[in-house]
Amino acid sequence: MNAGAGTEIRTGFYICHCGQNIAGVVDCPAVAEYVARLPSVVVSRDYKYMCSDPGQELIKQDIREHNLNRIVVASCSPLLHEHTFRHAVEAGGLNPFLFQMVNIREHDSWVHTDHAAATEKAKALAYAAVRRVRFHTALETKRVSVHPDVLVVGGGIAGIHASLTLANAGKKVFLVEREPSIGGHMAKFDKTFPTLDCAACILTPKMSAVGAHENITLWSYSEVVKVEGYVGNYQVTVKRKPRYVNEELCIGCQECIRACVYKEAKFPDEFNVGMGKRKPIYIPFPQAVPQVVVIDPARCLQVKSGKCKQTCVEACADRRAIDFTQREELVQIKVGNIIVTTGFKLFDAKRIPQYGYGVYPNVVTSIELERLVTSSGPTGGELLLRDGRTPQSVAFILCVGSRDYRTNRWCSRTCCMHSMKLAQLVREHTGADVTVFYLDIRAPGKGCEEFYDKSLKDGIQFVRGRVAEVTDWAVTPEEEGKLVIRAEDTLAGLVRRIPVDMIVLAVGMEPQSDAQDLRRLFNMSCGTEGWFLEKHPKLAPVSTFTDGVFIAGCCQGPKDIPDSIAQAGAAAAEAMALIDRGYIEQEPNTAYVVEEDCSGCKSCIPICPYTAITFDEAKAKACINPALCKGCGTCVAACPSGSIRQHLFEDEEIMSEIEGVLSHA
Amino acid sequence: MPKPRIAIYWCASCGGCEEAFVDMAEGIVGVLEAVDIAFWPVALDFKKSDVRALPDKGLFAAFVNGAVRTSEQEEMARLLRRKSRHLIAYGACACSGGIPGLANLFTREQLLRFVYEDAPTVSNAAKTRPQTACMDDGRELELPELRNVVRTLDQVVEVDYYVPGCPPTPKMTQEAIGALLSGKLPARGAVLAPDMALCSECPRRSSKPTDLAFKAFRRPHEALIDPQKCLLAQGVVCMGPATRAGCDAACPAGNMPCTGCMGPTSRVRDQGAKMLSSLCASISARDDAAIGSVLDGIPDPVGTFYRYGLPKSLIRRKADLPAQEAAVP
Amino acid sequence: MPDAAFQPRIVAFFCNWCTYTAADLAGVSRFKYAPNVRVVRLMCSGRVDPQFILSAFSQGADGVLIGGCHIGDCHYSEGNLKTLRRFQMLRRLLRGLGIDERRLRLEWISAAEGDKVRVIVNEMTEQLRALGPLGLPGRFEEWDREAGRTEAEAAGSEAREEAAHA
Repeated sequence: MNAGAGTEIRTGFYICHCGQNIAGVVDCPAVAEYVARLPSVVVSRDYKYMCSDPGQELIKQDIREHNLNRIVVASCSPLLHEHTFRHAVEAGGLNPFLFQMVNIREHDSWVHTDHAAATEKAKALAYAAVRRVRFHTALETKRVSVHPDVLVVGGGIAGIHASLTLANAGKKVFLVEREPSIGGHMAKFDKTFPTLDCAACILTPKMSAVGAHENITLWSYSEVVKVEGYVGNYQVTVKRKPRYVNEELCIGCQECIRACVYKEAKFPDEFNVGMGKRKPIYIPFPQAVPQVVVIDPARCLQVKSGKCKQTCVEACADRRAIDFTQREELVQIKVGNIIVTTGFKLFDAKRIPQYGYGVYPNVVTSIELERLVTSSGPTGGELLLRDGRTPQSVAFILCVGSRDYRTNRWCSRTCCMHSMKLAQLVREHTGADVTVFYLDIRAPGKGCEEFYDKSLKDGIQFVRGRVAEVTDWAVTPEEEGKLVIRAEDTLAGLVRRIPVDMIVLAVGMEPQSDAQDLRRLFNMSCGTEGWFLEKHPKLAPVSTFTDGVFIAGCCQGPKDIPDSIAQAGAAAAEAMALIDRGYIEQEPNTAYVVEEDCSGCKSCIPICPYTAITFDEAKAKACINPALCKGCGTCVAACPSGSIRQHLFEDEEIMSEIEGVLSHA
Repeated sequence: MPKPRIAIYWCASCGGCEEAFVDMAEGIVGVLEAVDIAFWPVALDFKKSDVRALPDKGLFAAFVNGAVRTSEQEEMARLLRRKSRHLIAYGACACSGGIPGLANLFTREQLLRFVYEDAPTVSNAAKTRPQTACMDDGRELELPELRNVVRTLDQVVEVDYYVPGCPPTPKMTQEAIGALLSGKLPARGAVLAPDMALCSECPRRSSKPTDLAFKAFRRPHEALIDPQKCLLAQGVVCMGPATRAGCDAACPAGNMPCTGCMGPTSRVRDQGAKMLSSLCASISARDDAAIGSVLDGIPDPVGTFYRYGLPKSLIRRKADLPAQEAAVP
Repeated sequence: MPDAAFQPRIVAFFCNWCTYTAADLAGVSRFKYAPNVRVVRLMCSGRVDPQFILSAFSQGADGVLIGGCHIGDCHYSEGNLKTLRRFQMLRRLLRGLGIDERRLRLEWISAAEGDKVRVIVNEMTEQLRALGPLGLPGRFEEWDREAGRTEAEAAGSEAREEAAHA
C-alpha cells in the first residue's frame, strides 16, 4: 500500500477555497493549474471546502482511482487540520505520513492584500510541498499508555469542581493547593450574583466532598515544584510545606488555638484580607478543608526561637497532632493529565493613587466590603465605617485598574455584577444611598440584566463616567467630613462632586504574580496580558499547547463562577477522554542515529535536554531512546557528520522545501 | 596486453600531493608494475602534446590535484577529462578548493597587489606584474591568465572519484589505485575514503566527555595541549567530528587539532556550517554578551571552518567581491 | 538608492510552538503584512541547521528569519538557546563571507505575539529592500562566466597550437 523506494511518485494536490477565506485573495484555480504541470503531480484540483466530507472523499477516491502515493493539501494551518487530512489519506489506503500540508490561509490569504503576490506565494509554498513530499516515507505512530491519575493544581472553585467531576467518575485525583485550605476566592464571598444565594452554602458542601472523597488526595499548603514527562506520563514533584500539625491526627477541635500562649489574636488574618486577626496557630476559616489547624512559622514562638511553653502541644494532649519536627517534604507522583486552575489575583488599588486607597480608611476594595458584609467576617456582618458609624452614603467606582491603557486593558467581566450585588447588600444592611460610577454596565450573563433592572428599581444611582479623584477636601458644608468623588457625568455632560461616607473600589482581576513561573513549570504559553493561553480561543478553550495540560477558571482569563465551573467540567472531560481511551498516539517525529554512519564523537549527547541520547561504550556509537526523544531536532542540526536524522523533518525534506520556495520565481 | 595508462597532474597546489605518490615508498613499485605512467610533468619529462596525441579515453585514469585558478589549469583539466576514463580529484585542493581556495576571500587585484607590491619581502619598484602576453625579442610570449575565482576540479569538469586529504595518505592513494585497477568501484562521484567522521579512528576519543560545554576556545598556540585528552575537551577547535576519517587521525596523533582537510561526510553539504552548528550548540554561556566572549576565541570563523573547503561550500566565495575585474594589464 | 520595485525574498524558519502559532494568530487576527516571507515549519528553532540558512542564501534568499520561543520558554527547554549561540557565530561568519549580517535575523516571538510577526516581517522586508538583492545564484553565474568562456577559447588555442606544431 505504501510507495517504497524506486516506486514512481504519484502526487495528488488539492487546494481549498475555504469559501472566500482563501479564494477571495488567492486565485485557487490558477494555483491548481500551475501545480498540475509540476513533475510527479498526477491530480491537481481546487475545491470549495477540502475539510468537508466531500472534500476528504475526493482525496480517498483519487488515491484509489489514480493510484496516488503522495498527497498535498493547501488550505489552512496544519495545526488546525493536519489530523483531518492525515485521517483522510489513511482512509484512502495510504500511510498518513505520505502527506504534506500547505498553509495558505493563516500565512497567506488572511495576511496579504495583494492578490497577485498572494497567489504567487501560494504557488511557491505548494511547489515546496510537492517537492518535499517526495521524500516522505511511511511512518507508524507510537502508542503510549496514559496514566489514569490526574493532578489538579489550585483548589478554588474551578479546581474543586474539576477534582470532584473526575473523582466521581472513578479517577484518582491529586489536588494541590498552595494555601492551608481549599476554597479560593469564592470562600470569601458572602452572596453570589445574580441569584443572591449564599456562597458558603453552595461551596462548603463541595469542599467537604473533596476532603472526604476516597478518590481525591488533597494536599493543601503544598506547591508543585517540578513537572517532567509528557502527556499520559507526567512525573510531578510536589513540595509539602510544614504546617507543624499532623493532618492525619488533627481533628480540628481547635483546643490548641485557645491554648496558644498568645491570649489574643493579634496577627492580620489572610482570610479577612487583613481586616481580622488570628493567632500564630489558626484555622483559616470555620469551613476550611482540611479541618486542620496550621502554624504560621513567621509568627509562632516555638518555630521562630524554640523557646515557647508549647501550651498548644499540651492542649492537644494524647492526640499528639502538633509536630514541631515537621520539615518541608518533596513528594513525587505520576499522573497522566494535569489541570491547572490557579486563579487570579486582584488589582492592587494603590496603583491608582488618586482614588485614595490606603490613604483614606473608608476607601475599601470590593473584596474588603465582601468580608465586611458577611456574617463570618471581622464585623460579624455589620457594615460600619472605621470610626464605628453606619455609612449614610456609599459610592462604588467600577473598572478600577480595568479597561485602562495605563493599567490593564481588559474587562474583568465580573466587577459590574459583583458591585451591583454588593450595592444591594449595602442597601439591605444599612439603607445607605448608593451611587455606582461606571463606564458601561456589562450584564450579559443569564439573569444578569434582570439583576441590573432590580438594582435600578432598588434606588441605586448609576453615574456614567470615569472617576477623576477621591479627596477629603470639602468645599461646601455638606462635604465636610466626607470623601468627595470628582467625576465627569458623561450622560448629564457635567463634572460632578459627590460627597459620600464610604467608597468601594471594584478592583479587576490580574494574572497571578507567579503566572510566568507556572507557565514554565507546566510548559504553557501566556497571552500578552499574562493569562494562560488556550490552544484555540474557540475550539479548544481548555486545552493548552502541551498535550495533557488543561486550564480552567480565571487563570485563563477573568470569568464568573458559572463559567469557571463550566470550564472545570470541560477540562475534566478532556482529561477523561484521554484516560478512557487509554493511550496517546505520539507524533513519529523522533530523531534517530544511523549507527553505521556515527563516528561516536559524542557531540550530540550534551545537546539533548531529555537525556534521550546515550553513548553505547561497547559499540562506541550514540544511541537515541525514542521513548525519551520529544522530536525537537536540535541534535539533528548539531550532528557534525550528518548521522542523526529525524522522521518527518529529514534534511532532504527541509532542503527541498527551501529549494522549492526559492525556485518558484 | 598493454598496462593501463595513468596521468598525474597538478593545478593550484603546493606539490604535497605529488609527494604523497612518492611517499608510497616501496608501494610505488607495485603500482608501477601495474600501470604505465603516461603523463606526470612534475616528475618526468612529458609534454602536453603527448597527452593530446592520445585517443579520447586513452588514459585509464588521471589523478589531478590542486584547485583550478588559471586558464591553463582549466585547459588541462578539460584535456585530461577528455583523455581519461576515470578522472580523480586528488587531494583537498582538487576536491574542495584547499588552502588556495581561501583566496576566494579576496579579489584578484588585492592578491596581485599584495604579492607583487605590498608584501614586506617584495622589492618591485617598477610594480611589474605578470602579463598574459608580451613581446620579447620580437617573439610573442604568453602566460596563463589568473582567474578571478578559485574553483574545485568538479566546478570545471566532471569528476568520477574523489580522494581527499592534504595530502591524501599513501595508504588511501594505494587503495584508490587498487580499487580502480580491480574495477571494484563504488558509484561514480564517490569519495574514496571512509564515510564516517574522524573521531571513529582518533586515539583520543575515549577521553571525550559526554557533557562537554565550551567555556572558552583556544587556538593551539595558546594552549599547552594534553597529548592524551580529546582536543575539544581542552577547548581547542578540532574539526574531527565534522571531517572524514581515513588519515588515521594523523594531526590529533601529532598533538594538533584536525583542521578538516578530508572534507565532510557524504551526508553533509557544508562542512563549516555543520561544525559551527555542533560546536556552538555546546557553548555553556547563556546570554548574548557571554556567548560573544566565548566566540571571540574563534577570531577567524571562515578560516577555521572552511580552511580547505571554501570554494566547495554553499557560499563559495566572499559574496560581495565583484565577479570580474579588468584583466591583468 | 533602494529599488522600490525590488521584492526581497525571505525564507523563515518558525518553530511549531511559538512563532508558527504566532503567525497563525496573525492570520486569525487578519493582520496584514508583506507577502515576501515563506515559512518553513520546524518543531524547534534548534532544528535550524546552519546549512539550511546558507542553502537558502545560496539559492536566492535575500534574507533569512528564524523565529523561536522566548528564552526560557522553549517548548523543548533550551533548543532556542542553542539557536542563539549558532546565530551569533553565523553572523560573524556571514560578515567574513561578505554577506550583510542584517540579512539574517533571529526573533523570539511567542504564540501570543501575532502582531510581532507582522511588525518583524514588514521591518525585515523594508530593511532588505534598502540593502538590495543578495542574488547569490546570479553571482555564481557571473563568477563562472570566466571559466565557461575558455571552452571555445581552449578549442581555438588548441587548434592554433596544433597547426603550429604540424
